Amino acid sequence: MILVIDVYDFSGLTQAIDKSLKAVMSPGWATFAEYVIIGLIFLIFYAILGLFLVYAERKVCAFIQNRLGPNRVGPLGIFQTIADLIKLLMKELVPIKNADKLLFNIAPFIVIIASFMAIASIPFARGLQALDFNIGVFYIVAVSSLGVVGILLAGWSSNSKYSLIGAMRSGAQVISYELSVGLSLLTVVVFAGTMQLSEIIESQANGWWIFKGHVPALTAFIVFLIASTAETNRGPFDLAEAESELTAGFHTEYSGIRFAFFFLAEFMNMFIVASLATTVFLGGWMPLHFGTGGVFNRIMDFIPPVVWFFVKTGIVIYIMMWFKWTFPRLRIDQLLTLEWKYLLPINLFNITLVAFLTLMGWHF
Amino acid sequence: MQDEVVKNIILGEDDNYIINVGPQHPSTHGVLRFEVSLQGETIKKVIPHCGYIHRGIEKMSERLTYPQIIHLTDRMDYLSAHMNNEAVCLCVEKALEVEVPERVLYIRTILNELNRIASHQLWWCAMGMDLGALTTFFYGLRDREKILDIFEESFGTRLIQSVNTPGGLMQDIHPGFQKRITEFIKYFRKKLPEYDQLLTGNVIFRERTEGIAIMTREDAVQYGVTGPSGRASGLSCDIRKIAPYGAYPRVSFKEVLRTEGDTLARYKVRIEEMYESMKILEQLTDNIPLGDYTAKMKAVIRLPAGEFYQRVETARGELGVYIVSDGNKTPYRIKFRAPNFSNLFVISKLAVGYKIADLIAISGSLDLVIPDIDR
Repeated sequence: MILVIDVYDFSGLTQAIDKSLKAVMSPGWATFAEYVIIGLIFLIFYAILGLFLVYAERKVCAFIQNRLGPNRVGPLGIFQTIADLIKLLMKELVPIKNADKLLFNIAPFIVIIASFMAIASIPFARGLQALDFNIGVFYIVAVSSLGVVGILLAGWSSNSKYSLIGAMRSGAQVISYELSVGLSLLTVVVFAGTMQLSEIIESQANGWWIFKGHVPALTAFIVFLIASTAETNRGPFDLAEAESELTAGFHTEYSGIRFAFFFLAEFMNMFIVASLATTVFLGGWMPLHFGTGGVFNRIMDFIPPVVWFFVKTGIVIYIMMWFKWTFPRLRIDQLLTLEWKYLLPINLFNITLVAFLTLMGWHF
Repeated sequence: MQDEVVKNIILGEDDNYIINVGPQHPSTHGVLRFEVSLQGETIKKVIPHCGYIHRGIEKMSERLTYPQIIHLTDRMDYLSAHMNNEAVCLCVEKALEVEVPERVLYIRTILNELNRIASHQLWWCAMGMDLGALTTFFYGLRDREKILDIFEESFGTRLIQSVNTPGGLMQDIHPGFQKRITEFIKYFRKKLPEYDQLLTGNVIFRERTEGIAIMTREDAVQYGVTGPSGRASGLSCDIRKIAPYGAYPRVSFKEVLRTEGDTLARYKVRIEEMYESMKILEQLTDNIPLGDYTAKMKAVIRLPAGEFYQRVETARGELGVYIVSDGNKTPYRIKFRAPNFSNLFVISKLAVGYKIADLIAISGSLDLVIPDIDR
C-alpha cells in the first residue's frame, strides 16, 4: 500500500492510517492504537523541540552578550543540550527533610502535563492537529492555567523560605496575566467569529489578522506578547526564579530530572505561547500573500505550511528571547501594577473597539 | 548605628519571617550576610553580618616590613588595589619626609584613575546583572579587559598591580603605556554613552532605582558614608579636592555632586565620575615627565617613632591609613579606615520599608567590596 504524504493537506494521510488500522483490528482498539501513536509522537516531538529550544536560547543569549555560546560538544555545539540532559538524569535526587513528599514529587509532573496538554492542540498544518476542539482558544488558555498549580505546590512543599517567596510571587503574577492573555486572544475570536483554531487559521486565508484587523489587532498582539511572557515566567518578568535574588525561586530545592522538568516546561510554554500568537495573529500555517495571484504568491504557496508555521513561531520566540536578555527585571509590585492599571484597561478598551468594528464591518 | 524606629523590632520575636540573604548568594558579591526580617515582601529590619572574610590584615602587618605590608593592602579593596597601595606608600613617605620624583606622581595618578574606571565598570556591570539585565555584565567586562591588558603589559599582573613601594615604583612603565591609554580613552568615550542609554534610559531600570532608598546628607555624615555614595547625597567628600596628593593639584576636574540621594543618583554619580576620570587621564597621559621612577631609599625602612595618618580617595570612598610606629622596621599598629565598612551599615537605615528586590538594588548601588569591610 502506498501512503501519499501531501504536505499541503495532511488529512489524506491521517485518513489512510485510520482506515488501515480499522482494517486489522476492531474500531475500539484502533482508536486506542491511534491514541498511543499520537501520544508517542508528541512525547518525542516535545523532547526534541525542548532540546532544540534550549540550544537556541543559549546561542541567542551568547551572541547578544558578545560571546560564542556552546561550541565544543558536536559541530557548533549542537549536542550540548543532550550532554546536559544526560548529566541531569545522572544527578542525585536530593530528598528534602520535612518536605511534603507527595506534593514535592508531583509538582514537576503537573507542570509538564499542563504544557503537554496545550501542545496537543496546536495546528501545525492543514489536517496536522491532534485535538481540534470547537473551543480551541478557550481550551488552551484553560489548560495552561494548570501550570500555576504545579508552581505553587513546588514552592510550598519545598519547606524553604526562598522557594515559598518565589512561588507566591509567581502565583500572583500568573493569575493576573491570564486575564490579559484571554482578553487579547478574544480580539481575534470576535473578528473571526469562532474559537476553533483551525477555523481561525482558515479565516486568515485572505490575509493575516494582524493586517486585517489593523489597530485593535496590533494592540492585542503587543499586549499578548507582554502578557504571555509574564505568563510563562520569562523575560523581564522572571522574578519567580530571579537568579540574582532568590537563587532559583520555586525550584531551588529540585535536582536532577525534576529540575529538568521545570526547565523543559518553561521552554515548551514559551513555544506554546509563541505558536498561539502565530496561529491567532500571524496566520498560523498560512503563507504570506501580497494581493491575489502573481508569481510571488505562487512561490509563497509552494513553501510547505509546516515550514511557514515553524518560521513564524521561531521569529516570535526570537523576539521573546531578545528582550529577555536586554531588559532588567520588574519588581513584583511594578509587575502587578503593569497588569492591573495598564494592560487590563487597554484590553477592555480594545475589546469594545473590536466589537464595534466587527459590527460596522470596518475591517478587511 | 541603630535608629530609634528600627530598635523596636526584635528579630526572633513572633510574627517575624526571617530570611538570610547570604553569605553564599549570587548578589552580595562576596561573603556578606544580611539577616532580613520580612512582612510579606516588605522589609522590616535588615542586620548586616560581616566578618566572614576577616583575615587579620592589620594584625599580620605588625610582623611585616613596610614594603611587605603594601602587598597585603592589595587584597583589601581589590578593585582599587593601586589606591590602597598608594595610601600606605604616601603615609610612609610622609613619615620619612621623602620627596618622590615628578614622574612617580604622574604615573601613580594615572594608575589611580585607570583603576577607578575599571572599578566603576565592574560596578556597572554587576549592578545591571543584579537587576536582571544579564547582558550588561559582559559588556562591562569587555571594556575592563582593555584596561587590564594595559596593566598586564606594563606590570605583568591584571587586577592587583603591586608596583608601588615607598619612594616610588618598583619598575618603570612599558614604552607603549601612553599610546595604549590614549587608544583606550578614544574607544571608551564612544562606548560610555551607549551604556548610559542601555540602562539609564530604560523605563524598567528607572522604575527600579528612582526614588528608592533616599539617603539624606545627614545620614551620610552620621554613618560616615564617603565616596560616590556620599556624593550622591550632596556630601562633598572627595579627598582629591579636600587634601590633594600625587598629581591631583595639577589637573582640573569636577567633583561630581548630586542632591537626590536615591539609588539612581548613586548610579549617575559613578557614570559621571568615569567621564571625569577620562578627563584627568587625558590631561596627564601625554605629559609624563622623564626622570627616575623611584627616589633613593635605604634598604631597610624604619619609620621614626610617632603617629602618621594619610587618606586617599579610592573608588568607593575615603581610605585612611593610620600607622603607629615605635622606631622599628615593622609598625607597632596599623589601622585602616575602610570606606566599605562605613558604607555598609547605612543599609539598615535605607532598606526599611522597601521590598527584597530593592535590597539587592540598594546594595548594588552602594558598591560594596566585602573584603574591604572585613579586612
